[in-house]
Amino acid sequence: METSHRTLLAKLLAMAVAMFLFAIFVLPPLYDLFCEITGIGGRTDGVYEAVEVRVDTSRQVEVQFVAANNAQMPWEFYPMEHRVVVHPGESRAVNFFAHNTTGEDMVAQAIPNVLPNNAADYFLKTACFCFDNQPLAAGEQAELGLVFILDPDLPDNVNTVTLSYTLFDITDRAAVAIAQQ
Amino acid sequence: MLKRAQALFLRSLGALLALAAVGKANAESAASQLNMPQGVTEVSQAAYDIHMIMMWICTVIGIAVFGFMFYVMYAHRKSRGAVAENFHENLLVELLWTIVPAIILIVMAIPATTALLKVYDTENADIDIKVTGYQWKWQYEYLGEGVKFMSELRTSQDEIYGREPKGEHYLREVTEPLVIPAGKKVRFLITGNDVIHSWWVPDFGVKRDAVPGLFTSAWAKTDKVGTYVGECTELCGKGHAFMPVVVEVKEQEEYDQWLAAKKQEAAEYASTIGKQWSFDELMAKGEEVYNRSCAGCHAVNGEGIPGVFPALKDSAIALGPVEEHLRVVVDGVSGTAMQAFADQLSEADIAAVIHYERNAWGNDMGDITQPVDVLNYKQGK
Amino acid sequence: MAHGPATLADGWVKYASRWIFTTNHKDIGTLYLWFSFAMFILGGAFAMIIRAELFQPGMQLIEPEFFNQMTTMHGLVMVFGAIMPAFVGLANWLIPMMIGAPDMALPRMNNLSFWILPFAFAILVATLFMEGGGPNFGWTFYAPLSTTYAPDTVNYFIFGVHIMGASSIMGSINIIATVMNMRAPGMTYMKMPLFVWTWLITAFLLVAVMPVLAGAVTMMLMDINFGTSFFDAAGGGDPVLFQHVFWFFGHPEVYIIILPAFGVVSQIIPTFSRKPLFGYSSMVYATASIAFMSFIVWAHHMFTVGMPIAGELYFMYATMLIAVPTGVKVFNWITTMYKGALTYETPMLFSIAFVILFTFGGFTGLMLSIAAADMQYHDTYFVVAHFHYVMVAGAVFSGTAAVYYWLPKWCGKMYDETMGKVQFWIAFIGFNIAFMPQHFLGLAGMPRRYADYGLQFADWNMVSSIGAFMYGAAQILFLFNVIRTITHGKPVNDPQVWEGAEGLEWTVDTPAPYHTFEKPPEVK
Repeated sequence: METSHRTLLAKLLAMAVAMFLFAIFVLPPLYDLFCEITGIGGRTDGVYEAVEVRVDTSRQVEVQFVAANNAQMPWEFYPMEHRVVVHPGESRAVNFFAHNTTGEDMVAQAIPNVLPNNAADYFLKTACFCFDNQPLAAGEQAELGLVFILDPDLPDNVNTVTLSYTLFDITDRAAVAIAQQ
Repeated sequence: MLKRAQALFLRSLGALLALAAVGKANAESAASQLNMPQGVTEVSQAAYDIHMIMMWICTVIGIAVFGFMFYVMYAHRKSRGAVAENFHENLLVELLWTIVPAIILIVMAIPATTALLKVYDTENADIDIKVTGYQWKWQYEYLGEGVKFMSELRTSQDEIYGREPKGEHYLREVTEPLVIPAGKKVRFLITGNDVIHSWWVPDFGVKRDAVPGLFTSAWAKTDKVGTYVGECTELCGKGHAFMPVVVEVKEQEEYDQWLAAKKQEAAEYASTIGKQWSFDELMAKGEEVYNRSCAGCHAVNGEGIPGVFPALKDSAIALGPVEEHLRVVVDGVSGTAMQAFADQLSEADIAAVIHYERNAWGNDMGDITQPVDVLNYKQGK
Repeated sequence: MAHGPATLADGWVKYASRWIFTTNHKDIGTLYLWFSFAMFILGGAFAMIIRAELFQPGMQLIEPEFFNQMTTMHGLVMVFGAIMPAFVGLANWLIPMMIGAPDMALPRMNNLSFWILPFAFAILVATLFMEGGGPNFGWTFYAPLSTTYAPDTVNYFIFGVHIMGASSIMGSINIIATVMNMRAPGMTYMKMPLFVWTWLITAFLLVAVMPVLAGAVTMMLMDINFGTSFFDAAGGGDPVLFQHVFWFFGHPEVYIIILPAFGVVSQIIPTFSRKPLFGYSSMVYATASIAFMSFIVWAHHMFTVGMPIAGELYFMYATMLIAVPTGVKVFNWITTMYKGALTYETPMLFSIAFVILFTFGGFTGLMLSIAAADMQYHDTYFVVAHFHYVMVAGAVFSGTAAVYYWLPKWCGKMYDETMGKVQFWIAFIGFNIAFMPQHFLGLAGMPRRYADYGLQFADWNMVSSIGAFMYGAAQILFLFNVIRTITHGKPVNDPQVWEGAEGLEWTVDTPAPYHTFEKPPEVK
């Protein structure tokens, strides 16, 4: 094989390997970043530390709560209030009700979503059950708390914000994680 | 030009075939539609308008380009004595046919953007309905009203497999349609339960993927009372073609009555849950529920699909302790396609279907499962 | 090699070893072409099963579960087994002869990249006979249908995709090395035939995106077997991420399929117009810009997934822009014909049909790019019709044209012109009867991948099925014509073969000797 072929071959193979690594190690985090910026899926993870309170009393925004169960998730799970009206900047606490109706101990994880997409960045949670997984023993019931503030910079054309949670059964996953520790 | 000639040719061919297929051609298919529906909402009208604009622009360009091409093909044939010239470049012409299409596209982008903005205008809705895609049915929940129900295909397996003649509404009928009031802005919050589905009502111009763990929104507002049929448009497994969407738009008054009746139904159901059913009542109800909700995987004869979906006939679950059977049906089996039916079926339905599975196809446990047993199980007693 | 290649007369062991161990670009090209034709027939058989089931409403022949396996396998086999290897075969045969090189740059790798391909497809097809059945999640295999909810055979599918990906990457590296390093003296880049140019660009696209596909299926594999959650929302992943990764590969992939077809047509139309290609350099730039744009438009496949409006607008505008370079190509082809001396042999007929039908598919593509209207078109038969106009009328028609055009050079025999024309008209009419009504079906509301449909769609489905059977029959005639040419064709000795043909491949003897350009030609 001529050397010119060899260098070209090495370069092209390196390009292929780089693209493979790009797909696995760069695209997913890049996508997450993209979601955070654009608010796709309304990802709002991360605790918000309230620093300054500037309540915009001139404005009222309706916040709706929706719950969904993923497949194979038999718990009862619903918001205890369907909607609240808040002023941007005002801190508000709401509860979701969860009941493990099965005869086994289970662990759940709630995945949040905010609609419309452009409101996601302005939905700030100071406390949320979705930050951690939720273990409930067989038959156990719980009220799961959420404290949130709407950022006063919320775009003017948004007057309804919908926060939804999908509850996933992560019992097996959690068991693996514990076993690994 | 070619396209239109083809369309004409095909239309006549289609008409001939329709005539030939006696007994198949009913009123609906004879009027089979060729173009996108205009629909009954602002969004569907916007989609239709931009579709027509694009189609006409393409048609005009197509006629010009192909017209020129057919002229060349005719006039510059060698058999007509044409002698080839040798030019192969012309900067002006080449620039022109780069810039002109670009300008046309920029102009087209304006109505395209306006139409899209309409699609996304979900603010200030009067009613919110959560739409959840399941394998293979839809669940509708009226947020804040305490009303939610499953909407499944009503067409029988016999019709699908040609053992019975196909009805007028073949694959366009469901157990319980979604009902919305006329003249109100309805916002749909769409999500998926298991795999990705997609909720489409052509007459509303609404199509949104139902992704598990993600919520998306769409809206509709129409004054036209009627029944509108849609489909699932994202491949979701073997029942993909068998989970239609049916929406009934009713006058506000009728809608209010309907909603009140639904609430009443839910309240009454709770009070009658203690009723004791007979063996045969449960078998009849169970067969109906089984064929609708379970036969898709486990087959009408309970034999499943080897290697994919387990058989229930002679199975350890159906012939084992009832608690285990309840657990599988109510809570599902994690990591498999067996869903948790706690939320999808009523206590009476679950009791009936378990009873049926334990006593059909040669399974003969002879025991009786009552709705109250299901309720007790659910409450962990 | 002094005695030339082994023939059947040397005994079947020698003959078989020639093909198994061959490093000759012409032999490998032949292997690719026959393999792709076999896959084309197989994928076509799957399509016939689909169309037969859809002939009437109701389930008549197969179960919905098997129907889904058929749609999936049809897509996978046609895209990865038929179209892509067909163009790699053409590249192998023609690129060295077009640029005056004695062989491909990396002949042993060339052998390997072909011979792993049959294994990939053997594995893929074998899943149909395994417990649980073959892949049933569509050729786009969206998670979680292809992960959590997939049959166990999905692991074989992933393995198969990895092998065919490796084969494509090796094939592309070989093509790039050949074009960049082995051109005859005087053969500058801007003198290369357009087929070589389009393939060079395609090869770069392949090296860039096949690894992304490999990455996508690797992530699936890890989600399924090793408890990661790239695409599982429960563990912090996102099923929509899969679609982004897939289409980041998938959109360049469709241009990978169509660019070499552009190249073929750009060789054939000048020949039968007896006039040089109009706007050669603008063709090269248009190809390059189409390739570049293919990386920045992927999410137009996902307009209904619920992206933020800014994203939708961006992907809509970018997609609309692709019409500009594509339009340039179409105008160039037509202007090449203008004031030529046209004759209509079979390859020219297929090329003209390509221009018409591909442009038609381009128009529907432009309509699909309008996000608001796409909300109605998306995942309906309108989309199916659109991509069959660009894939079948694009890639397959141009592939057929290529075979008729270069077959005399390859085997030194002339095909039967009448049979070729008959095949063309059956294929052209059959194709349009099959796919034109699918536009109507889609607009009227029939979603794709439906095993069964409501009665309002019955008429057009029946018409479409009849057209599909016609188109299928045309391919049998094609196979027959090719075999008959090889066995009974009229010998051709003129190196030129076609009166108006230009390029180095027409300067060597007909049939092309086993080794060509062992001494590089002089290119002025």
